Amino acid sequence: MTRKQKRGALIGAGVLTLSLAALLVMFALKDTIVFFHTPSDVVEKRIPAGTRMRLGGLVSNGSVVRGNGTIVTFKVTDTLMEIPVSYNGVLPDLFREGQGVVAEGTLEATGSFTADTVLAKHDENYMPPEVKKSLEARGVKLGASANTESQPKP
Amino acid sequence: MIVEFGHFALILALLVALVQTVVPFLGAQARDARMMKVAEPAALSQLALLALAFLALMHAYVTSDFSVANVVANSHSTKPLIYKMAGVWGNHEGSMLLWVLILAIFGAAVAAFGNNLPATLKANVLSVQGAIALAFLLFMLLTSDPFARIDPAPADGRGLNPILQDPALAFHPPFLYTGYVGFSIAFSFAIAALIEGRIDAAWARWVRPWTLLAWMFLTIGIAMGSWWAYYELGWGGWWFWDPVENASFMPWLAGTALLHSALVMEKREALKVWTVLLAILTFSLSLMGTFIVRSGVLTSVHSFAVDPARGVFILAILVLFTGGGLALFALRAKDMRVGGLFQPISREGALVLNNLLLVTCAATVLIGTLYPLVLEAATGDKISVGPPFFNMTFGPLMLLLLAVMPFGPLLAWKRGDLLGAGQRLLAALAVAVTLAVLSYAMFHRGPWMAPFGIALGVFVMLGALTEWAGRIKLGSAGRDEVVRRAVNLPRSSYGTLLAHFGIGLMVVGITGTTAYQDEKILVMKPGETVSVGGYSATFKGAKPGRGPNYREDVASFEVTRDGAPVVVLEPSKRVYDAPPQPTTEAGIHASWRGDLYVVIGDAQPGDAYAVRAYFNPLVRCIWLGALIMFIGGGISLSDRRLRVGAPVKSQRPPPQVIAAE
Repeated sequence: MTRKQKRGALIGAGVLTLSLAALLVMFALKDTIVFFHTPSDVVEKRIPAGTRMRLGGLVSNGSVVRGNGTIVTFKVTDTLMEIPVSYNGVLPDLFREGQGVVAEGTLEATGSFTADTVLAKHDENYMPPEVKKSLEARGVKLGASANTESQPKP
Repeated sequence: MIVEFGHFALILALLVALVQTVVPFLGAQARDARMMKVAEPAALSQLALLALAFLALMHAYVTSDFSVANVVANSHSTKPLIYKMAGVWGNHEGSMLLWVLILAIFGAAVAAFGNNLPATLKANVLSVQGAIALAFLLFMLLTSDPFARIDPAPADGRGLNPILQDPALAFHPPFLYTGYVGFSIAFSFAIAALIEGRIDAAWARWVRPWTLLAWMFLTIGIAMGSWWAYYELGWGGWWFWDPVENASFMPWLAGTALLHSALVMEKREALKVWTVLLAILTFSLSLMGTFIVRSGVLTSVHSFAVDPARGVFILAILVLFTGGGLALFALRAKDMRVGGLFQPISREGALVLNNLLLVTCAATVLIGTLYPLVLEAATGDKISVGPPFFNMTFGPLMLLLLAVMPFGPLLAWKRGDLLGAGQRLLAALAVAVTLAVLSYAMFHRGPWMAPFGIALGVFVMLGALTEWAGRIKLGSAGRDEVVRRAVNLPRSSYGTLLAHFGIGLMVVGITGTTAYQDEKILVMKPGETVSVGGYSATFKGAKPGRGPNYREDVASFEVTRDGAPVVVLEPSKRVYDAPPQPTTEAGIHASWRGDLYVVIGDAQPGDAYAVRAYFNPLVRCIWLGALIMFIGGGISLSDRRLRVGAPVKSQRPPPQVIAAE
């Protein structure tokens, strides 16, 4: 092999790998990403039923109902709109009424939301940034209950 | 008083770093030996000062000095001593202090053990190290002072986040940071080489042990984090493709590539320019990791108290060093002489392919991690990129890399024999395929890909053993000859063997637990039984308990297998006193087959509890594989040829790199 051919082989392998990766990334970004919406977004943007998405907001006070077995229902609110969520599983430690939450799952035709994942956050004071930004953008005042120095009762 | 002393030491360290940056650099430009010599005492005294500062902060934590804001925010008088000490780096300010301390340890090690380095190279390397320290010390003193006082001092602290009060996590940050910061040495050497416009095999001989050391610690640090997430977060998962995890994984991928390309450079003087670029990129990814973790720009399950204003500062540091490094590279790289030639089918060729795939893998992880940021900035849409993305992009590339991995070490330098290598791997391939068919026949379930994953892992493991067997002539020479060869084989060969074997084991574990996990979620009343993964677990009820700084509800499960009692698992739900935060403690029974993993959720009426029970087959192989890789790195590092200062053969054993710890 001449030097030129060797260089060609090297460049060829590089181009091949990179284009493979680029293809994979393009397909994956088209199919696997999940959009984040607040309850108001769901209504305003008329998100079609069956869409896989993340729903974020606050857990409405007094909305958590533990039904038969492991099914839990609660409502997610951005103080303007509310969407009922049902979840089959064990809720994360820091799930609490009045606190921020992100649920991932699908929107049903009835307007309710079936979650397969409810995100837990490590930090007691933690508010998922998307939730915080969306709420602030809608002019919701984030008081002690949601974001800052609150020390919730054990 | 001790606190002010620590603060003062930190300020002095900043001034020393300034001297260390400027004087040796000017000295190297002017070829002034005395100015270049300044670098050594500067690096050593910087280590001494930062060690003092660190000890001062630790003293404040151990004695629960609540006049220090940092201690108030992260400690509590009733916390066990070990977590008071670990609390020093369990927060932003303290962890940055640990970061610069480790940086100083590495810098001092170069100063102390680098006697065989050319004077100008050493001066430039220490100057770049000084510049990194300068940037981070400035960052600390301006935005995150660990020694800030609070007045009036409260009676007690707010406590450390309880899920951080854990042995594995207590030692996770020091390991991880040693990995991150260790790559700064490779970066400094790369910048110094670019400044001098000269680079040779000796450079690679110097850079490789440091990179190996950093890589080892990063490997074990990531594995510890994953292990911790597995048993502490109570989700039964071990990797979530979370931004903070990716932040440590990208430097690992690039660092692994660097390790291999430095090998080519050392042995064959090829890939020089590429290795320098890789050294810059690896440390840049480490800096970016620090930025992602410390700024909280990305939504992560691991983000602890974060402050966006600080993020901007770290971003500036990142841009300065990455941008500066790359600009220098663009200016100077073309002056570097091109090295040894090789055929595409050769050891060098295989290592190039390794580099290509590893760097591409790192790039896909980078895209997946940063895409949400870019998209939100561009369109305002908020998205999350989760495991499906990485499985679809990183997955196939990694599979390709694993499939070709056993071939590399079997190819000769310069010109290899692919057919011969393939023949030698036939036995390994046959065993792997047989196992895959067997596992398919046994389980009848799980994704169709799973048997291929098992086969691939076994192929990698046996491939590593095949190479070793070939080198010691196992089966083709007499017993004495085989033993003699096995003993005389360089330790770095055993390092390679173990590292590659560990990867294979990890792949088997990942496939096993991902594809064949058994999960049950249900509400159990006392006396009820759940069967999972061949075990039967009977719920015996829950009772309240009390630990040193928490209250808990402890459930009790009697586990049997085929009627015989195995173990009593006691998963619990704890509520800590300070801060009052609930945590879930999993009950885990480990065996070679896999882990039985039980967690309890909320209490239900009638003494019932929500229960999640998992069987995670082969999950231990994941961390065992990482441990084997770590040990392999250590053995390789102890190889005399790799030791710093190795060219001088003396009667006494030469100083070990490890001693720098």
